[in-house]
Amino acid sequence: MTSEEQPDARNLPGQRGDTGEVIGVRKGMFGANNGGDTTGYGGLVRTVRLPGAASRPYGGPRGGEGYGEFDEIADELEGALEEQGLLPENAIEKTVVDRGELTFHIAREHLPLVARTLRDDPALRFELCTGVSGVHFPGDKGRELHAVYHLRSITHNRLIRLEVTAPDSDPHIPSLVSVYPTNDWHERETYDFFGLVFDGHPALTRIMMPDDWQGHPQRKDYPLGGIPVEYKGAEIPAPDQRRSYS
Amino acid sequence: MSAPHSSRPSPGHPSPEGPRSTAGPRETTEGTVYTVTGGDWDEVVAGAAKADDERIIVNMGPQHPSTHGVLRLILEIDGETVTEARCGIGYLHTGIEKNLEYRNWTQGSTFVTRMDYLTPFFNEVGYCLGVERLLGIEDQIPERASVIRVMLMELNRISSHLVYAATGGMELGAITVMFTGFRDRELILDLFELITGLRMNHAYVRPGGLAQDLPPGAVDQVSAFVKRMRKHLPEYDKLATGNPIFKGRTQNVGYLDLSGCMALGITGPILRAAGLPHDLRKAQPYCGYENYEFDIPTADTCDAYGRFVIRLEEMRQSLRIVEQCLERLRPGPVMVADKKIAWPAQLALGPDGLGNSLDHIKNIMGTSMEALIHHFKLVTEGFRVPAGQVYTAIESPKGELGVHVVSDGGTRPYRVHFRDPSFTNLQAVAAMCEGGQVADVIVAVASIDPVMGGVDR
Repeated sequence: MTSEEQPDARNLPGQRGDTGEVIGVRKGMFGANNGGDTTGYGGLVRTVRLPGAASRPYGGPRGGEGYGEFDEIADELEGALEEQGLLPENAIEKTVVDRGELTFHIAREHLPLVARTLRDDPALRFELCTGVSGVHFPGDKGRELHAVYHLRSITHNRLIRLEVTAPDSDPHIPSLVSVYPTNDWHERETYDFFGLVFDGHPALTRIMMPDDWQGHPQRKDYPLGGIPVEYKGAEIPAPDQRRSYS
Repeated sequence: MSAPHSSRPSPGHPSPEGPRSTAGPRETTEGTVYTVTGGDWDEVVAGAAKADDERIIVNMGPQHPSTHGVLRLILEIDGETVTEARCGIGYLHTGIEKNLEYRNWTQGSTFVTRMDYLTPFFNEVGYCLGVERLLGIEDQIPERASVIRVMLMELNRISSHLVYAATGGMELGAITVMFTGFRDRELILDLFELITGLRMNHAYVRPGGLAQDLPPGAVDQVSAFVKRMRKHLPEYDKLATGNPIFKGRTQNVGYLDLSGCMALGITGPILRAAGLPHDLRKAQPYCGYENYEFDIPTADTCDAYGRFVIRLEEMRQSLRIVEQCLERLRPGPVMVADKKIAWPAQLALGPDGLGNSLDHIKNIMGTSMEALIHHFKLVTEGFRVPAGQVYTAIESPKGELGVHVVSDGGTRPYRVHFRDPSFTNLQAVAAMCEGGQVADVIVAVASIDPVMGGVDR
């Protein structure tokens, strides 16, 4: 093989997960971290990476090589943002294509404008928002809290995902209720469970947990159970507070 | 600590006229304390009479029989007119999404089936489709498993709509509709019990396929049911669709037009009653729905009556799909071939009455140590799912059931979020009820068909 020959990518070793966004490092095998390691797997270190940014062409849903539906959406969105005087690279931090789904990571300060553009632009027309889902990545420093929106276009029969992040120290994301009123309860739910504050929400109060509840239960630092429970007169401690036989 | 407070006038708040129902705030070392005491009923009545309006606030629920479970409606009523309607939810929150993060992927099926307890198969299928897409095995799901999934989902759609018709009818005083609806639902639950062993909370659909194959005789029972249900469906038309009282109670009640539906994210029969034939089974087919022939009924009335008629027609279409499923059933596996995902044994009823596979036990206990280890690892620890996130959406009887599944590459879900249609649709209560009569609130809420197990999760 001469040096100027391009190697065929199929003959090269596969990527061993050194691309993508690192969200944490796991050690050991069975999740036990409160005592001596008796398993022999304690030295195992696994870096957790989420799929990283994709490069053009993005293709379309159900695989598909080359220019596809996802490129159309991205082109239209970038064009529409430019028309409004917003540089697309400022608003769209990265674009991820994974498992036939398209994700735009949006800078949080530009979220309402991007959402409004996605809703109103005739070529995009994502008229239905299916709410917001929070995800807490304590290992993703500086962007621990993720808010994930799924937008559906009934006109064009498409689905995309917007992902917005906020640090634990400043858990604020602009509310989308003015663009998608359906997000009213969804944002309250995400606030309730993750402590994400949606600025501009008309009445951001707890929705599932009691009003005087302490803490946000679906955060990863909130233990399962988490509160002592009174049962038949005796107080049963929270699962993580009970004595253990290790 | 316990200073006498009932008779002490608070310095900052001089009593305006006569006694008052609150003793006023007082400062303690632990902050301001407000003591609420009982008032004199005559004074309350006199005060209300002086205010000269009939505006009262009524808490309907969370234990009210007509609110479909533990829904709390906070109604501000002026005479018979509802001026403001708010929902209080969360009374049935059980932390299923949190619990899922502490069990392996297969056990997730057992949890999600309990969310919207009237549509267990939809929850299971939505969740399993998400896990399968994360695993990248969507194309390897055996044909037979998909057909059985579709069949069970459509039977489940009928049973969910039957509960809607039955409870909705009961709330209007149409008790016969309730008897008829629950009678027919019982037939479907019998089928579920035959196929999965349980009437509800099945955990029958698993990532990769199904827990086990159809039992002998199931196909005959299902086709017998389809014939019987065909005969029963016209009864609902006779009882309700053409009934002038039913029409009078439901027509032009709970009005929500297309733009209102889109803004509030409403999907399902409510959206189709506003004239938009949007159905994910047609728009984004899953489980092979593109291979079935069925119609999407719509109406343009935007009211509770239209929603009833649509659901009735959807039951007919579901029967069509179930019949096609029975025709398409071919012998074959019901679980992916990948032994790293599929459980190693198909359950069978042993002579001791327990669900074990004796051949498999003989193999792992007697001959193959590796098979035993593999079985143990797979059942206790579970399989690993590559890191990433997916969103799968299916058309549940109530609308778009979206499942957002995030994996960090481990044996347990990192995060599972259910976008339950009941939760989203319930936001329409204010838009449907305000300005209407109190009695119409019942009709409007019934036409949304919320299930609090799904709303609160």
